[in-house]
Amino acid sequence: MSETMNALNQKQTRSKSISTLKRLRRYPTTLIGFITVFLFLIIALFGPLLAPYAYTAQNLPNKLQPPSEEHIFGTDQFGRDVYSRILVGSRDVLSVAGSGTALAVFFGLLLGLFSGYRGGLFDELIMRAMDVILSIPPLLLAMVILFSLGPSRVNVIIVVGFLYIPMVARVVRSVVLDLKTRQFIEAARLRGENSLYLLYKEILPNILPHLAVEASMRFSYSIFLVASLGFLGLGVQPPSPDWGLMVGEARTWFHQARWVLFFPAGAIALLVVGVGFMSDGLRRMLLPGGVSDA
Amino acid sequence: MPKKVLDARNVTVTYRTEKGLLDTVRKVSLQICSGEIYGLVGESGSGKSTLARAIVRYLPENGFLKNGEIYLGDSDLLTLSKSEMRRVWGGRVTMVHQDPNAAVNPSVMIGEQIAEVARTHLKMSRQEAKDKALEMLTKVRMADPEAVARRYAHQLSGGMLQRVLIAIAMTTNPELLIMDEPTTALDVTTEAVILDLIGDLMREYDTAVLYITHNLGVVARVCNRVGVLYAGEMMEEGSIGQVFKNKLHPYTRGLLGCVPRVDVNKKDISLKAIPGYIPRPDQLPPGCVFAPRCELAEGACREARPPLAEIESGHLTACRRYKALRSYGDVVADTRDAHEELEYGELVLEARNVKKYFPVAGSLPFLSKVRKQEVKAVDDITVRMRHSFTMGIVGESGCGKTTFARCIMGLEEATAGEIELEGELLPYSVAKRPPETLRKMQMVFQNPDASLNPQHPAGEAVARPLKLLRRMDKKALQDRVRELFEAVNLPEDYIYRLPHELSGGEKQRVAIARAFAADPTLMICDEPISSLDVSVQASLMNLLVDLQESKGTSYLFISHDLAAVRHLSDWIAVVYLGRLWEIGSAEDVFVPPYHPYTEALLSALPIPDPDVRQESIRLKGSVPSAMNIPSGCRFHTRCPRKIGAICENEEPPWQNTGYYHQLCCHIPADELLVLQGYGLLKKGERGAGK
Repeated sequence: MSETMNALNQKQTRSKSISTLKRLRRYPTTLIGFITVFLFLIIALFGPLLAPYAYTAQNLPNKLQPPSEEHIFGTDQFGRDVYSRILVGSRDVLSVAGSGTALAVFFGLLLGLFSGYRGGLFDELIMRAMDVILSIPPLLLAMVILFSLGPSRVNVIIVVGFLYIPMVARVVRSVVLDLKTRQFIEAARLRGENSLYLLYKEILPNILPHLAVEASMRFSYSIFLVASLGFLGLGVQPPSPDWGLMVGEARTWFHQARWVLFFPAGAIALLVVGVGFMSDGLRRMLLPGGVSDA
Repeated sequence: MPKKVLDARNVTVTYRTEKGLLDTVRKVSLQICSGEIYGLVGESGSGKSTLARAIVRYLPENGFLKNGEIYLGDSDLLTLSKSEMRRVWGGRVTMVHQDPNAAVNPSVMIGEQIAEVARTHLKMSRQEAKDKALEMLTKVRMADPEAVARRYAHQLSGGMLQRVLIAIAMTTNPELLIMDEPTTALDVTTEAVILDLIGDLMREYDTAVLYITHNLGVVARVCNRVGVLYAGEMMEEGSIGQVFKNKLHPYTRGLLGCVPRVDVNKKDISLKAIPGYIPRPDQLPPGCVFAPRCELAEGACREARPPLAEIESGHLTACRRYKALRSYGDVVADTRDAHEELEYGELVLEARNVKKYFPVAGSLPFLSKVRKQEVKAVDDITVRMRHSFTMGIVGESGCGKTTFARCIMGLEEATAGEIELEGELLPYSVAKRPPETLRKMQMVFQNPDASLNPQHPAGEAVARPLKLLRRMDKKALQDRVRELFEAVNLPEDYIYRLPHELSGGEKQRVAIARAFAADPTLMICDEPISSLDVSVQASLMNLLVDLQESKGTSYLFISHDLAAVRHLSDWIAVVYLGRLWEIGSAEDVFVPPYHPYTEALLSALPIPDPDVRQESIRLKGSVPSAMNIPSGCRFHTRCPRKIGAICENEEPPWQNTGYYHQLCCHIPADELLVLQGYGLLKKGERGAGK
């Protein structure tokens, strides 16, 4: 059986672009994930244009109104339109979580690449340092750092990046360790290639698929972390319409106006699940044979 | 009259794929009687395993049986329900897989795994099942069955595990046993022991066996009848004698012609490779499926599919032109032009007393008080190679062949010894060697899938060494890459292909082109063909021979396949536990007197000719650990010709048995000659295949 399936697999890879689309259709969750993330990106780009009200526009007489025709998600404690605030807030979530992820991916890639490639004491030192960071509960560590640096958009980005560097570095290092023993690397050593070529031309291109999957996973965790920090009041400061912050503020009025809490929380959940589905799908497409349909 | 156990008629298996429905096996009929071993051979992708699974209705979810009838004894398997089938699987029909490691549960004791089968299918009590397990382990000739029963999978060698699987499969005394390449992953010596065991057990149990393999030598040794499958259709079927003696299908003839023979080498014949590739199930030719690769094909062959016709009693062929095939003669290989013996060329490589010890580091080594241990992978090997010369290195896996090659290339830093290339002493590490040295030595690796960077086009792999070691400009580079692709028989547009768009054989051709790019004087081939199909192996061996003739490169050819080594090599070195035991010209090493280890390797080699009678000299157990090398002669623990205490205490001396031949044994060469008689092949028989 395996032989035939190999023959079939070979055929599949021959027309990779076609089958990628077809495979997408076979996994509806993946498609849903991609569409969700795409919609959120659109919202982030054009949010302020789509929003019916300014996110800061207060309307105190109409505070804590349930969803209606004028305010489809209702209004908050200052009578601000929740729908508009969520649309505008998507920018904060995506940009802060995105930049944090980018930071983590960049430094994690560098560290993992060199650590795995060099090996020896250098590798040992770096990896133990990563273990130290990983051994502290992330939210606790984030809170400690933000307490000392002071809450701000930039600091949240730095914290997210810092917290996720070890995870990215570990994944990259393990892939490098595997690649390093492959025979094409040995063949390159036999023709006298220098380390730079080995790292950037032979190893790096083979890491990218793994990195893409890891980055998308980190992104979904970042959204979570950013929202949590916002909820605790350590993230983006009011009056910014950060989703986590909105949930945190709405807590007080939960008994009178549940929708004020429900909608931003729902937006966070939807985005996290969407990114999760997308990262699952990326794994299926970029690293076939790795996990689910092996 | 033996009873018909399996009767499968007109089986067609279909897979649901993205390209629609594909018939991977078409209208194949198969009958196996009790006590019969039926060999199913064919290249990869021919549908052997699919057919076997379809017969017992064990197909993956996207596969189903489109047509056909299958009877096991009196029961019609197609009418049975899922739960009834579950009683058939593991009870009336059992299976032994290729990879023993994957088939045994690593966290359950061996004895318990056998007992479990006995409890489920034979409804035995705990104690009975336990006894049954011991009985089965004894049956498969496991030394000390009680101890083995209490062990876990990782404590057993591959050969022992395969015996455990056979024990599990035979526990229920099944009517049909399916073996899917059961010895492919094993060493020749272990394979021979397992094949003997299978032969004996089947005689005792009267089970019908469907034996799937790609190795014709194995078929000739154990099977009674054989079916040749190609692209999902039966090409030829008959008894071993009929099929091997009186081949009625050009594909069978082609397969046999691809196998190198131990009695002749590259100077006498070149192998007859089958051109082209097996068609994919969605691109089948309209006529005979083999017609595109067949030299006998004529117009009618390409138009309609020829039916399977019975020519003699029990001998069927799907070839319309089998009569023409007979008159075509039984040329299994091309005779090459006789060419002069190569002169004694210049010395290319001299490796003296090379040693490689690996330290065994536990965790936190500085805390433990245990004496530092070493794995002596290579322990004092000396070889000399001359210009345009092939040195073959043979030995079981784990004997240090590959480590030795890697030390020479500098991929592993040797612990001691001198490596000289054209009289120049080389540093141990590849990083310290000058570009000119790197240019002169190149390597072809074993695994074609890992030897090319999946992200680089094939052309780039070949271009890099030119750029780096030859400093060619862009124009010259492109011409040279094109030239190299032509030299390894790959079409020009393959230059832009990525490795995943190439087959295993094509990848290995690119790897050979890459190794040849910088015009090396020495090339190390580390099992370059062992993972490929026979027909691909043959064409690659021919390619290596041709390239050597035109370029004068010397090869160090490492393989566990004695026939391939014999075919390609001028000189052969036999390695066991990190040391040489016999070295000499290829003709001399394979005739007595030989070292008892060489003798065992040779007698284990499956030869695709049912008439060859080999002495059955079998080695016990597996290669001892290189951490605790036996004292005296390292081979004494397994040597079938051990003479006594001297073997255990003293290192054997080297003996010259001829100008071109030396071996290292306590038994005097004359005595070995008497003991071994004429051996596998008489000297006078050499070249008889011409």
